[in-house]
Amino acid sequence: MGELIGLGVTLLLIVIGLLSGRIQERRHFSRIEKREERFRGVTVTTLKTVPHSEQVVKATMVIGGAVIATDYFKGFVAGFKNLIGGEVKSYMTLMERARREAILRMIQQAVEWGATEIHNVRLETSNIRSSSTQRNQKYGVSVEVMAFGTAVVRGIKNESSGQ
Amino acid sequence: MIVVNTETIPGYQITEVKGLVQGNTIRAKHFGRDFAAGLKNIVGGELKGYTELLTEARRQAIERMMAQAQQLNANAIVNVRFTTSAVTQGAAELYAYGTAVNAESMGE
Repeated sequence: MGELIGLGVTLLLIVIGLLSGRIQERRHFSRIEKREERFRGVTVTTLKTVPHSEQVVKATMVIGGAVIATDYFKGFVAGFKNLIGGEVKSYMTLMERARREAILRMIQQAVEWGATEIHNVRLETSNIRSSSTQRNQKYGVSVEVMAFGTAVVRGIKNESSGQ
Repeated sequence: MIVVNTETIPGYQITEVKGLVQGNTIRAKHFGRDFAAGLKNIVGGELKGYTELLTEARRQAIERMMAQAQQLNANAIVNVRFTTSAVTQGAAELYAYGTAVNAESMGE
């Protein structure tokens, strides 16, 4: 009897995870796309040195971070995939969401500061809560992605002479 | 103070290198937040509490790094890097490090 209840709870969690996870993911992606469209004019590079750095008048570091959790369904699917191997698509979208969100927050900070360019962008990923998940959430994984780079502002006077 | 993660400061010339500066902080997770995060792991989505916590902790690490640079009479920090490591279950260390320098504007 107790096992049956346990199974029922697990199934319920999977269904809840599937439904709400899907909805949240779709909403999140549409939010991300909207904001990416808005920031299309911002140049983001991974270059170590800033091109035409003699025109730059101001520079500062900008940081963006996001922690995203999986839902129960995705965790279950991933756990299942561990048996047969292969690509775990359900976690790929998780990573993608976290990365794009972190980059967008970094860009947001740069734009608020008045910059239109970010160079030397680096991304760092860390897995949080992985050690404490055995107890009640077998399949819970959350990832933290942090994006940081150097935002620069170019002088107007030099910009015209540089072109 | 200018803080950048590039090797040089665009528009500036580095006149003096002061050396490595660092700042760290170790944060334990909050029980209430942890519980909320556990629920989020069922439905999915962003863990806003954790995002805030980590952003705030990182800012503190940067501030400590900047305080150290100030003690060395530097006016800028270049090539800043971050690392995050889990010290024990439920606690994470956030570490920021960079090179303190003195820089002068190249403007005419």
